[in-house]
Amino acid sequence: MDKILGKRSALAGPYVIWAVGFTVIPLLVIIKYALFDRSGAFTLSNILAIFDPVHLRALVFSLEIALGCTAICIILAYPLVLAISRLRFARSGFMLVILILPMWMNFILKLLAWQMILSSNGVLNMIISALGITGFDISNTPLSIMIGVIYEYFPYMVLPVFDAVVAIDADVIEAARDLGAKKSTVFWKIIFPLSLPGLMSGITMVFVPSMTSFVTADILGGGKLQLVGNIIEQEFIQSMNWNLGSGLSVALMIFILISMTFTVNRNEREEEEAW
Amino acid sequence: MKGRKTIALILAVVLAVCLSACGKDDPEKTLTVFNYGEYLDPAMIRLFMKETGIKIKYEEAATPEEMYTKFKAGAVGYDLLCTSDYMLKRLIDENELKEIDYSLFHYKDNIGKKYWDFTKSFDPEIKYTMPYFWGTVGILYDTSKVSKKIDSWDVLFNGEYSGKIVMQNSVRDAFMITEKYLGYSLNTTDRDEIQKAYETLLKQKPDVQAYLVDEARDEVVAGNAVMAVVYSGEAYLGHKYNPDLEYVVPKEGSNVWLDSWCITKNCRNTEAACRFLDFLCRDDVALKNFEYIYYSTPNETVKDNLPPEDRNDKSMFPDDSVTENCEVNTLTDPETNELLNRLWKDLKAN
Repeated sequence: MDKILGKRSALAGPYVIWAVGFTVIPLLVIIKYALFDRSGAFTLSNILAIFDPVHLRALVFSLEIALGCTAICIILAYPLVLAISRLRFARSGFMLVILILPMWMNFILKLLAWQMILSSNGVLNMIISALGITGFDISNTPLSIMIGVIYEYFPYMVLPVFDAVVAIDADVIEAARDLGAKKSTVFWKIIFPLSLPGLMSGITMVFVPSMTSFVTADILGGGKLQLVGNIIEQEFIQSMNWNLGSGLSVALMIFILISMTFTVNRNEREEEEAW
Repeated sequence: MKGRKTIALILAVVLAVCLSACGKDDPEKTLTVFNYGEYLDPAMIRLFMKETGIKIKYEEAATPEEMYTKFKAGAVGYDLLCTSDYMLKRLIDENELKEIDYSLFHYKDNIGKKYWDFTKSFDPEIKYTMPYFWGTVGILYDTSKVSKKIDSWDVLFNGEYSGKIVMQNSVRDAFMITEKYLGYSLNTTDRDEIQKAYETLLKQKPDVQAYLVDEARDEVVAGNAVMAVVYSGEAYLGHKYNPDLEYVVPKEGSNVWLDSWCITKNCRNTEAACRFLDFLCRDDVALKNFEYIYYSTPNETVKDNLPPEDRNDKSMFPDDSVTENCEVNTLTDPETNELLNRLWKDLKAN
């Protein structure tokens, strides 16, 4: 270790132990389970089971939810970031604290609160029916799952994008304006391209967890809607088929890795172009 | 190099501490007990240790499957397990348990005959297990929102309360009640019967508001649902929160679950283990434990020591007629379980 990384890297020792113990080894255990069946014979069927119509359907549904949530987070994040980045430091700091405040609370508690808000007798429906609109009920629908996911992961989109936008040299924007660029041109030609690295990490941090979440679907989807995470959870907890559960997890990991190489490649290319 | 040495030193120290800690226990004076979470009053463990001088090492698990996996892994030598009916059957079938020597017991007769009869469904000669807590699965409903008194599973399937029903989000519970509704055994392994149950559940799905576990009761309390399939233990609290709520075990019968204690094959001190089980049957211990857990207890002295209003709680202490048509879940056939899991996924995908 010393030779490869140099002396100072000994400081990374605790983390290396952590990473090996709690990431690498568990991952290897999962891969091992995935590649064998219950009797211990080698098989690829657990991984290929992702192409089973029921599993594929759940995967596509997860993909739709994850893409939808990521897109909405992006659309919501940019105006917010542009507004906050123009504030003086003290105020922007305050705004960011407000933004991350919900992250200090337990995830399940937030979901239970959302469940109460969105339920048929909940706060949302009370307000809507007070306005005279009836028959509006989004509890236990894909929409309510998306609200939960977006609420949870929105800060993970805003923070990296905010960092990237703040890092843009104000002179660059000034120069563009001097040269007669309209506000929209400044955004699309300067701010947006320069914030891409932040956007890419934002996408990773929103897309991946929303792709793999299952608690949100159980609580806000009423257990009627099945994401791929729910199937994996069922295989582990209810069916006790760890091999199939691991196989599906590995297939999902491969799927996510493929989509991530796409964003990472793009990210690097953009950075090269920016320089 | 320095970094690596430090790490090695730390690991060595940690290991040494672990080993010395592990080696200290005298097997004659120690019992390792494995139970569900929140399923034994900690004060009772302390009391047992004080009375007998036997040290209890206590471990908890959330599900029978988790318990089974840990037990089978063999890393910890468990002496006593408390787990559920079908898991006990599996352990008995796999020859993992030791006979309980009931001749050493003083308080065995505190447990009612009915519960020994339940036990026979998975432990035919009552050799390996001792009843601990039990309950039923039934319907918790809001009496102010239904047209008539509910006594049948039919209300969940006839569409009358479409969109106002909460089902249990568990493959076994969902299938068990549907099988009882259709007049089958809840332990059926018959493909056609299971298929019929699946079709019934599929037809029911549009009427179901949600499949929930812990929140099922709360949805009825909050008024979002008119009825929910719940465990009897939930019913008591539901009624406390909202007096309009009633719990019923439908006349077609239902699942009666039974959690029992057993002694493992590798138990190092059977006598101490029996002493612990006997201790749990003792009147005062059983009462304290009941007050801590609040599930139906098979210990009949507990009921006699309760104030009348608690004694007459029908969800806690149902009449014998209620459990007459009920069955204990003893399904351990892997193929049937696999089929049920498969159908459950299909149901959720549709």
